[in-house]
Amino acid sequence: MRTAFISELIRQAHAHPKLFLVVGDLGFSVVEPFARAFPDRFLNAGVAEQNMTGVAAGLASEGFHVFTYSIANFPTLRCLEQVRNDVCYHQFPVTVVAVGAGLAYGNLGYSHHGIQDLAVMRAMPHLTLLSPADPGETTECVQWLVHHPCASYLRLGKAGEKTLHEVRGIAAGPLAVRGGKSDVALAATGSVLALALAAAERLEQERGWRVPVFSCPWLKPVTREFFAPLWRFRRLVTLEEHLAAGGFGELLARLKPDTVALTSLALSEEETGLVGSQEFLRRRLGVDVEHVIQAVLSNG
Amino acid sequence: MDSRTLASRIRQHTIEMVAQAKASHLGGCLSLADVLAVLYREILRLNPGQPDWPDRDRFILSKGHAGAALYAALAETGFFPAEELTRFGQNGSALMAHVSHQVPGVEFSTGSLGHGLPFGCGKALAAKRQGRRWRVFVMLSDGELDEGSTWEALLFAPHHHLDNLIAIVDYNKIQSLGAVSEVLELAPLADKLRAFRWAVREVDGHDHQAIRAALTTVPWEAGKPSCLIAHTIKGKGVDFMEDQLLWHYQSPDAEQVKAALRQLDCAP
Repeated sequence: MRTAFISELIRQAHAHPKLFLVVGDLGFSVVEPFARAFPDRFLNAGVAEQNMTGVAAGLASEGFHVFTYSIANFPTLRCLEQVRNDVCYHQFPVTVVAVGAGLAYGNLGYSHHGIQDLAVMRAMPHLTLLSPADPGETTECVQWLVHHPCASYLRLGKAGEKTLHEVRGIAAGPLAVRGGKSDVALAATGSVLALALAAAERLEQERGWRVPVFSCPWLKPVTREFFAPLWRFRRLVTLEEHLAAGGFGELLARLKPDTVALTSLALSEEETGLVGSQEFLRRRLGVDVEHVIQAVLSNG
Repeated sequence: MDSRTLASRIRQHTIEMVAQAKASHLGGCLSLADVLAVLYREILRLNPGQPDWPDRDRFILSKGHAGAALYAALAETGFFPAEELTRFGQNGSALMAHVSHQVPGVEFSTGSLGHGLPFGCGKALAAKRQGRRWRVFVMLSDGELDEGSTWEALLFAPHHHLDNLIAIVDYNKIQSLGAVSEVLELAPLADKLRAFRWAVREVDGHDHQAIRAALTTVPWEAGKPSCLIAHTIKGKGVDFMEDQLLWHYQSPDAEQVKAALRQLDCAP
């Protein structure tokens, strides 16, 4: 996803002379092509995220659309007040980009687990929040942001994510990724969409159930109507690589009509701090294919 | 109106505004009134009729709790009618107690300390990258030099040779709960800033001629940002407020307002 991000940003920067990339001394082997192509619109702010975000707001106040780029919690939690006051309150066009959302940096430890960012960023007035699932969605998100410069947050996975579907537009509502005929549907945000699709595949193979799967890269601003395609199901199972508090499941729980029953699969607070691969941690923290299948079946 | 008269007007308005709104931070407004007056009368290139004039100098009040003083300076220099100042801190007013970008002439809302200098660095960098000649002035409190974000920006500006950036420290030596020397000592401040590769000068922050002489010659060293350490007195101009921590908080009553205005020689 980070490769899709930087490739699209470079492509857009050729046509949009106000795009500016600021990194927090991270992005080795990712950001260099941008820096080489647009040295006047690139800045490594050093390991100083508060200043990085304040500088980004200052650049944005003078007409640039600034992307700040760092990993996991560094461009969000570390400088949250700068995001809140300098960017969102002033509604400056700064896009905060976090790479390695969720447990992507699994064995680097808890400091690098981005599992509370949705909660804090959802709480920011005037912020647009995008959480793509695969390289195609990432490209769409960058295109939308470039054409609608605004205070925004782009939550990315890391590298190597497979392309999961063909995307055309992300701003109109949840994206139907896999069809089916069932009273239960799966809805995912971020790279755990791959788990939802794998679970749906298994349910079809093993039980003949054709469970529809939706991807939800657009998380804010939203209304109940925005998610209307989800409300025609009797039951929804949601997935996110984030704690339950303030996450995607809570968002849908607040918006859903009473006719929809909702089961949210989010990461377990009790198991935070474990170290291991992303796959291991997803399993232990309760968001993997087996948990999805169990959630679908137990509600059946 | 010369800068001394403007400083006196800023003090008068500020005392009345803070009293009327039952607000606070009067001491820190009075301490920076002279620097503010010199800036707005003689240094900043501005166009009050067009607050967003592209070639204006940018002034950022990082010590946002002194918003009342900046509003007074803006009103007295024609950015909006002085009658608007009576709305300070009132329900629904744009003139919130911590400085607000909703007010004509205000570049940036602050209030939480440590935000102004990074933002100013961003503006100064934008000017450099675009070949613009306008300058960025950032007014800091001494207390906000406790903030790590301020020191991140102090590292950043010289590294990027932002000689179009001028930081001014309103060094009144009193912060929120006590003397700077007792809470978190800054001395030797000028040496620290020089070690960070800033061009540094120190002035009596109530001596208009000295302030003017320093600020008309920036940048003092090509390729370096400038920092003016303005040694000031908290509550300056009103004897019973001077050097008193209490006036970081207290709102003057009617008798105190009268007494204060008499001392400023602008009694109604």
